[in-house]
Amino acid sequence: MMRYPGFMKTSAWLGFIFLYAPIVSLIVYSFNASKLVTVWGGFSFKWYAELLQNDQIIDAAMVSLKVAVSSATLAVVLGTLAGFCLSRFGRFRGRLALSGMITAPLVMPEVITGLSLLLLFVALEGMFGWPSGRGTTTVIIAHTTFCMAYVAVIVQSRLASLDESLEEAAMDLGAHPSTLFFLVTLPLIAPALISGWLLSFTLSLDDLVIASFVSGPGNSTLPMVIFSKVRLGVTPEINALATLMILVVAIGVLAAAWQMRRQTRRAPAA
Amino acid sequence: MNSMSQSAPLAVGRRRPSWLRLPGRLIPGRSLVASVPTLWLGLFFLIPFAVVLKISLAETAIAVPPYTSLFEWDGAVAALSLNLGNYQFLFEDSLYLDAYLNSIKVAAISTLITLIIAFPMAYVIARATPGRRVVLLSLVILPFWTSFLLRVYAWMGFLKKNGVVNDVLLSLGLIDQPLTMLQTDFAVYIGIIYTYLPFMILPLYSALEKLDDSLLEAAEDLGCRPLQRFWLVVVPLSLPGIVAGSLLVFIPAVGEFVIPALLGSSDTLMIGRVLWDEFFLNRDWPMASAVATMMLLFLVVPIMLLRNGQGRKEEAA
Repeated sequence: MMRYPGFMKTSAWLGFIFLYAPIVSLIVYSFNASKLVTVWGGFSFKWYAELLQNDQIIDAAMVSLKVAVSSATLAVVLGTLAGFCLSRFGRFRGRLALSGMITAPLVMPEVITGLSLLLLFVALEGMFGWPSGRGTTTVIIAHTTFCMAYVAVIVQSRLASLDESLEEAAMDLGAHPSTLFFLVTLPLIAPALISGWLLSFTLSLDDLVIASFVSGPGNSTLPMVIFSKVRLGVTPEINALATLMILVVAIGVLAAAWQMRRQTRRAPAA
Repeated sequence: MNSMSQSAPLAVGRRRPSWLRLPGRLIPGRSLVASVPTLWLGLFFLIPFAVVLKISLAETAIAVPPYTSLFEWDGAVAALSLNLGNYQFLFEDSLYLDAYLNSIKVAAISTLITLIIAFPMAYVIARATPGRRVVLLSLVILPFWTSFLLRVYAWMGFLKKNGVVNDVLLSLGLIDQPLTMLQTDFAVYIGIIYTYLPFMILPLYSALEKLDDSLLEAAEDLGCRPLQRFWLVVVPLSLPGIVAGSLLVFIPAVGEFVIPALLGSSDTLMIGRVLWDEFFLNRDWPMASAVATMMLLFLVVPIMLLRNGQGRKEEAA
């Protein structure tokens, strides 16, 4: 193992401090009893209690969860189809259109995606009467559209690293293309589907810009409510909310890391 | 029959039992399967741009929706009126050009600083023992999964006049009175660098992980000093990671709205924010559409060309 120069190590440590200092201070101040956010007034859970009584935040969280679950699921279905077609179908009609469009949402600024979808919804409503008004449905459609690009990329890279001989064997044994897909390919790419779903869920839960354009009155998502509160300054309730969200993510990431560590330890023995 | 002939090449040389042959006719061909995601993207990704283009040629009106229609039909005569005034205004008012150039400047400088901060971190992670590597990588990934909005918000509490940074500097006696850091360009840079740091570290790490130690040893044996070895061996070999990471930071940073809105001042001009204000504050939908069209032409199209060129280079290598 090559030794790394001391200054590399020092700057790496500084980098990790930079990454965590604001998060740590956020968590510490969420337990602050004082309303003056930066004056320490003793340890207290009172902002958590107030958070749980804030109907506006709870309602928005429910809207966000509903949108995130629906759009992540839809995005996994559509993204997997797209990724599968592109890496396993060879040449087919419409390949160029699909491959051109599938990664484009990844480089599109959110403001453009949001504005263009809103204008489409308004135009569709004017012409066909659908969607009537804007609400969770329009947000789900918008989130599905940009999340399916991420899913397709993940699925494609998983399929590329997959040994095709398993699929060929199934075909030689007479499996129908659809049987092959559901019984062989799908179980093999399941890890990619799970990570695609989780990524889509997080992206949807986190999106402020696109949701602000395409959601209607009374259907504010959690980031929209947070943004409108935070714009006016730092509020202790949001600190409490942030701490809870970080806690959930930290548990998830730690569980994944623990799993990975176990696997790396087991690998040399096997 | 068409569907059968199209799905045939997938299963060359098969001998299927007859019970499997029946649903075969019912299963549609490949193009039909592929058409599901294609149609979705066509309707919700491609067509919207046509609508944006159309509305950018309309005029603002006090109506619902707040723009004029391009086609007039008064029973006998159909009239098409295209209004290029929005585009004319885009070029006449320096605000838009300034915002566009400033976005590119802010994104480019932030990308460079992010690279400088990320490199030692990725290097140390790549050289760590396998067990430690997992821990350090999780530490990088953890902020990446937490809410972006809340991480930007954390800096508001950190950089405020009576915030943590000022408190620490004051108590250390480094400054006499609190510094104004929030609502400055400085805060915008910090916010972008902080938010996109994991996007830079991960591709750099995967490039540096593949670095062969024997190459470094060879360079040392041949009399390379540490700094030379870094510039002549480590940096060129990690170039794919540097390029991938830089694109991952630059692309979202250039159209950023949330960071300048929360951390910047009202003078912090960035094109994403200009479009947002045009739409939400001025309620000028046609003008917002014109800004979006220009962003597509002069920002998104070059980025896509750049990215495709990069992808092709990697394939060739």
